[in-house]
Amino acid sequence: MSLELRGVTKTFGSLVANDNINLKVDDGEIHAILGENGAGKSTLMNIVYGLVQPDSGEFLVDGNPVTIHQPADALAVGIGMVHQHFMLIPVFSVLENIILGHEQSTKIGSLDSSAAREKILKLASEFGFHIDPDAIVENLSVGVQQRVEILKALMYDAKILILDEPTAVLTPQETDEFIEIMKKLRASGTAIIFISHKLREVKAVADKITVIRQGKVVAIADPKSTQEELASLMVGRPVNLTEKKTIHHDNAVVVKVSELNIADEVGRPLVSNINFEIHKGEILAIAGVQGNGQTELANAMVNLHKNVHGSILLDGQEIVGLSVNKSLHSGIAYVPESRELDGLIGKFSIAENLILDTHHEQPFAKGIFMSNKAVEEEAQKKVVEFDIRTQSIDAPVSSLSGGNKQKVVLARELSRPVRLVVACQPTRGLDVGAIEFVHKRILEEREAGRAVLLFSTELDEVMTLADRIAVMYKGEILSIVDASATREQIGLLMAGVKS
Amino acid sequence: MKKFYNRIAETALLPFLSVIMAFVISGLLIVFSDAAVLKVIGSPGKFIKVASSTFMNAYIALFQGAFFDPHLTQGHTLLQGFYPLSETIVTATPLILAGLSVSLAFQSGLFNIGAQGQFIFGAIGASYVGFHYTFSPVVHVTLALLAGIVLASLWGGFVGLLKARTGAHEVIVTIMMNYIAGFFILWILKTKSFLRPRRIDPLAPNIKPSAELPHLLGSTMRLHAGILIALLAAVFVWWLLNKTTIGFQFRAVGANASAAKTAGISVGVTTMLTMTIAGALAGLGGAVHVLGNQYALTSDIAGSFGFDAITVALLGRAKPRGTVMAALLFGALRTGGRTMEANTSTPLDIVLVIQALIVLFIASPALVRFIFRIKNLQSQGTLASKGWNG
Repeated sequence: MSLELRGVTKTFGSLVANDNINLKVDDGEIHAILGENGAGKSTLMNIVYGLVQPDSGEFLVDGNPVTIHQPADALAVGIGMVHQHFMLIPVFSVLENIILGHEQSTKIGSLDSSAAREKILKLASEFGFHIDPDAIVENLSVGVQQRVEILKALMYDAKILILDEPTAVLTPQETDEFIEIMKKLRASGTAIIFISHKLREVKAVADKITVIRQGKVVAIADPKSTQEELASLMVGRPVNLTEKKTIHHDNAVVVKVSELNIADEVGRPLVSNINFEIHKGEILAIAGVQGNGQTELANAMVNLHKNVHGSILLDGQEIVGLSVNKSLHSGIAYVPESRELDGLIGKFSIAENLILDTHHEQPFAKGIFMSNKAVEEEAQKKVVEFDIRTQSIDAPVSSLSGGNKQKVVLARELSRPVRLVVACQPTRGLDVGAIEFVHKRILEEREAGRAVLLFSTELDEVMTLADRIAVMYKGEILSIVDASATREQIGLLMAGVKS
Repeated sequence: MKKFYNRIAETALLPFLSVIMAFVISGLLIVFSDAAVLKVIGSPGKFIKVASSTFMNAYIALFQGAFFDPHLTQGHTLLQGFYPLSETIVTATPLILAGLSVSLAFQSGLFNIGAQGQFIFGAIGASYVGFHYTFSPVVHVTLALLAGIVLASLWGGFVGLLKARTGAHEVIVTIMMNYIAGFFILWILKTKSFLRPRRIDPLAPNIKPSAELPHLLGSTMRLHAGILIALLAAVFVWWLLNKTTIGFQFRAVGANASAAKTAGISVGVTTMLTMTIAGALAGLGGAVHVLGNQYALTSDIAGSFGFDAITVALLGRAKPRGTVMAALLFGALRTGGRTMEANTSTPLDIVLVIQALIVLFIASPALVRFIFRIKNLQSQGTLASKGWNG
């Protein structure tokens, strides 16, 4: 089955989300849609799936015009979608989740799921999914949950499958398995629309790549193009993806963490036996699948977490047990995992957010009196220095894009005297341009001789920036490897396999 | 200038529309509960005439009772016509202070239901210093006010301490502490040191004249210097919130406690300080009420000031200026309501209906938006909708 979109346009107010988009997906083709955040990928897919109505444009399935007003219409013509955030009920079984909305009854009115069960088992064996229909969804790993979502689409004869950022939540191994699944689906004649911003995966699997920028199709690219070429198409200017790493030979230890244990409120261990050192001008990356204790370890670095035992020496001085304020002022820049939640106060202006940490110090305050003038001057300076794109320093920070929000966080955290930079998922959700900026900034800190502790679940980021890589699994550091380690080695460690 | 007007329109529109709608709906209630109107409901012409005159009379009486009554000027000076306005301000004064207490806490992300209890302790402190000691006038008033402030800020600060140390939610703690305060005043009024000689009912002695807040417009008007204190307090709260590091921390914790904490602001200390100052403000309300209006402490000294304060703060959107305006409106409703009840057949309770409707509309901006077809009415429903763990 083939799907063709002609002249699809969608505007939200003055914003043109999709501008006259043409797209053709052929039978048994993996068609990647590549674009930055906000380029209009999701809007386009929501239009195809009937969640959003376009202003104009038409759909053709196998050459025949169809109308899609709601997801049911999409399903009826054979279009299925797997959302980035799964639409599963955690306490239901796999089977129950799959038949949800399509329940069949027996003659006496009870639920009849035998036909569905058979079909699930048949499909699962066909594509090599190892799935127990009676397993409860919340007990399954993310990768398996995703297969349940795919099964859900296949159950109702989806011939075109839309996959929205499917690999965002997967480990490298799971990603590889997932790519195999996509290939099997293609072999069985299913067309796949694969939405992603990860260039490596797109290159690995796509037959055709449509690049979208600012709501327009800017190119139909060949998967053989280099990552730089694809990235440049996405951003609309040349991009230098692999940052140059110069090796520093400075053996002075800045941070020494030893025997660090973190427990939750009732004393259950969250993080155990953490030992590492970071030298001057060195980036130590903590890799690992989300939720293996990285957040707790990061919080402990600035004493945001209670129940921390062990030692963190910063230039020989113990910081465990200090207040957050004292930890920050002892020379740590802290970029929290969630900008919106922990990094910024959305309602506050950019200027106010820039001095959250130092509002009580000279020159911003004398005693308890705050000086608006000093606050404004600081903001004007930082907006220029960090290229924060805004019309006014008095605008609420919530009005900024993700990249500019992160620049505000960086500008604030790097304005104190810094010896250690703790950066948690610093590029999550950012577009290519902003990622480039953040990476450059982190490398600049490294050049300037700071120690950097980078927490990232993006393996590409870890491989690009780190001098050494520590992999966390279930609250422990399994191993610390050199930057020359292969993706496979690190991937195995992330899955908990210690060779 | 245009920007300024836009800002006013943005923040004042919702409260304004809410008040208007509350008056209209209450007006319908007034009309349809009036016996004279119901009698002629069969004939449309008469009905409209009687209904509109009932409607108008009720609200004219309300206005005259709250602001200016021309009848009072007969045989007196024009000023005497403003006697109702003086009453409105006298009623509004403690409400302004208690309202500021709740507003300040809101700005810091805390829901201070405890203004009632803090008000009571402020009244107790001021009353005791007022009747027990003798000083020269200015000193006496100052000390009495201070006594009220100190007691109430300890009472409020304790809530902050509990929250900071144990995480106990301030809503539950303040509700319970209101009960304690309510029974405490009953008890203390019966102790030897508070009970008025030769009385057995809970009534404290009158404060000494030296502790009384001076009247502003002569002895025929009850308007006293408390309103100046209340207005100063409003300016103080505005200054504190917007011009000091303490206020910055209050607002930061109120807007996003998690980010404030990450940036090194101590949420616990901020919480304690907020509740202490909030307590002081409500306590000042109680003290002013005793020293300027009541003179003698009774068990019912706080009336419903502490609870109306919550409504006032909501209506004023937790801003000092808004709180002052809202308190004045409520003062006007209360004073005017009495005249309305006396002069027309409309019961005083309709005032409560108006107040309740105002809150209802304020709390549901989406509804107001829908009724008036306004697109960009700023939604501030978040003000009151903080979760239990907030």
